[in-house]
Amino acid sequence: MNRTALQGIRVADFTWLWAGAYATGLLALMGAEVIKIESMTAVDQTRVMSFTIGKAFEGVENSYVFNAINLNKLSVKLNLKKPQAVDLAKRIAQTSDVVAENMRPGTMERLGLGYNVLKELKPDIIMLSSSAFGGKGPFRTYGGYAPSFACASGLANLTGYRDRTPNPMTGSTDLMAAITGAFALVMALNYRQQTGLGQYIDLSSVESQAILAGDALMEYLMNGRVQYRDGNRNRIMVPHNCYRCRGDDKWVSIAVSTPEEWNYFCEVLGNPSWTRDERFADAYERWKNQEELDRLVTAWTLNYTHYEVTDMLQKAGVAAMPSLSNEEIVNDPHFKQRGVSNTVEHPIMGKVSVFGVPWHFSKTPIKITKAAPVMGESNDYVFRELLGLSSSEISRLVDEGVIY
Amino acid sequence: MPDQALRHLKVIELCSLVTGPYCTKLLADFGAEVIKIEPPVIGDCARRRGPFLHDMPDPELSGLFLHLNTNKFSITLDVTTRTGKDILKELIKQANIFIEDNPPRVMQKQELTYSDLERLNPRLVMTSITPFGQTGPYSDYKAYELNSHHAGGEGYLLPIHSDDPDREPVKPGGIAGDCVCGLSAALATLTAAYAMVETGVGQHIDVSKQDVLMSLVQHHVCTFANLGEVHNRLAKGFLMVLPMECQDGYIIITVVSNREWQGLVECMGSPSWALDEKYLSWANRHWYADEINPRVQAWVRQFKKDELSHKLQAKGVAAVPVNTAEDLAQSAQLQERGFFADIDHALAGTLRYPTAAYQFSRTPWKAMRPAPLLGQHNELVYCNRLGFGKEQLMKLREAGVI
Repeated sequence: MNRTALQGIRVADFTWLWAGAYATGLLALMGAEVIKIESMTAVDQTRVMSFTIGKAFEGVENSYVFNAINLNKLSVKLNLKKPQAVDLAKRIAQTSDVVAENMRPGTMERLGLGYNVLKELKPDIIMLSSSAFGGKGPFRTYGGYAPSFACASGLANLTGYRDRTPNPMTGSTDLMAAITGAFALVMALNYRQQTGLGQYIDLSSVESQAILAGDALMEYLMNGRVQYRDGNRNRIMVPHNCYRCRGDDKWVSIAVSTPEEWNYFCEVLGNPSWTRDERFADAYERWKNQEELDRLVTAWTLNYTHYEVTDMLQKAGVAAMPSLSNEEIVNDPHFKQRGVSNTVEHPIMGKVSVFGVPWHFSKTPIKITKAAPVMGESNDYVFRELLGLSSSEISRLVDEGVIY
Repeated sequence: MPDQALRHLKVIELCSLVTGPYCTKLLADFGAEVIKIEPPVIGDCARRRGPFLHDMPDPELSGLFLHLNTNKFSITLDVTTRTGKDILKELIKQANIFIEDNPPRVMQKQELTYSDLERLNPRLVMTSITPFGQTGPYSDYKAYELNSHHAGGEGYLLPIHSDDPDREPVKPGGIAGDCVCGLSAALATLTAAYAMVETGVGQHIDVSKQDVLMSLVQHHVCTFANLGEVHNRLAKGFLMVLPMECQDGYIIITVVSNREWQGLVECMGSPSWALDEKYLSWANRHWYADEINPRVQAWVRQFKKDELSHKLQAKGVAAVPVNTAEDLAQSAQLQERGFFADIDHALAGTLRYPTAAYQFSRTPWKAMRPAPLLGQHNELVYCNRLGFGKEQLMKLREAGVI
């Protein structure tokens, strides 16, 4: 089968930042034609900087961060402050299957591009609005970035050392919201495929992460108990931590669940006498005395590299894995063989490394067909070919500052 | 018109614990018929994980299990027996989707690989969720969520902005990592289900938890691949990256644009130090973060977290309290959106559950039934669906197959 999974699906993409852009980015990776509608008055911030990584980029076409999450997309440049530009955006939506946006709730309506307007033009349109807290409720107008989602959702409270502040994580929470948005859209596409009906989806980024900590919510809802962060510790598994290894800031993660795994683990260590100590005789004793146990395990892991420990334990049937840095991931033999990493040719930046493939389809493989778009690079295709505007109309609209 | 988006899908789940069950829960909650296959007697090991209702361990009272298995049917079946395997194959023949989380070598040994099953049902979408995927040198490695997070690269970066280089890197909290992997698997599965209707052909999806978790820190991976920069978890002196202490907890204030900075300054009552023009660029605010952070913290300390969040949001500043599960359960915002719903369960009684982050205008989230008791739907599936007689069912039970 020589096709992509979402071949034939077109997306009018008003998203920006990671939380929005990666949702449609995933659809683009799976073969949808995603047309990013961009404006010079509100440039996607990830084109110019990344506050997670602490980088500012020269101009708007030099961001490898923007590139990574907007692969395969097209771009048109419209000044949505002008009514004629809004009309063109409507016409793009009219030829699309999906509209996606993550501006503050109410912004699309103010622009004249709300669901009720677009539904009139295209009755089976599927529209996703993604925002920090969702489009309803007292906090609907409140803004947020990735760290805000981590904190408001409860994940930050569960992350970090027990004796330090809650930790807002790496920006990964934006991408969690994005994957959730993509899932909701594909669900709606399945429903439309069966019934011919479109619909509107209101997504809350905060809730997209609150639901991922379902066990902590259940614990409170059932028993009134609040969970707090506690490093790598688990509610019952011990050992369950990162242990320092030979080298500079090198660590291995080890998790032991069953009595069999504990026996395998002790064997790999050479069954030192302390493993038969009463303090570690069963899961409960190990849990109670885990700090002491962690010290003893570390005395062993310090003699080896994190890869050596992993190799020894995995061969014996114990779950272990180095805590990999970004450098180690890129150089890891498994990573290389999985084919998740790629390079693309970007018209301004040249060869750029991207991540690209989060899972593998056997028959409709994910293909990276192009780099993220240069702003407005698809003006000609979209306005002339898709919407059927003549060259003179287009140049008039360019002169009037409707199309940049 | 059906008001459930996935009414047309029949799913077989051969999974345990969190990732696979969360994947199928996402489908079951929107109307897919999910038949969960559990090993006889012991069931899904999530049944033996807490939290338990009233702290009483009981396979039917695990909050983890109850949450992850809403809207599903449960049958018991020992798929390692000859008869059990035949029954599984019969179920797969009648299904659209098969989701499993077993080590690749186990599926090979049991002759339950996609190429075995494709012959029975060419329209089948099969999703395999494993720690390291179906290919590559680590494909048979074992990993719990802890290991997956550290394999995926986020663990090494946490806690971000740590002040102590001697302390260990940590995983993100709770079961979020496993759930994100389940969510990604659900997205891939539904995409393949869509393509299956278009083309008439099913396929196999290989979901590696390591790959999914890496995708969440792809900006760090790409930074090394493009610039050769190695990242770690140590403090970098960025602007207000960590939550700040309030009277009753923590708040995080994220200032990116100049407008947001000015909103914060105004809220603070425009103190003279904050009016310095050098702070009027994002890069400079990072540069001078060590000057700014303690001053903002000193101001923040006099407020309560919710009060300050509302005050700053009114000025267009992304300020958000650090919430606990209790805060969420009592949040007016979540309540108005209907994020929680009551579900009645034969043994656990009526409990509140979190629902979903998305609200569909036509096909809302729905609790049709609570998480199943172990083997609750044996008769329904074996007798009504597969046509076994009651006697036969009894024999299969005695033989330990069911």
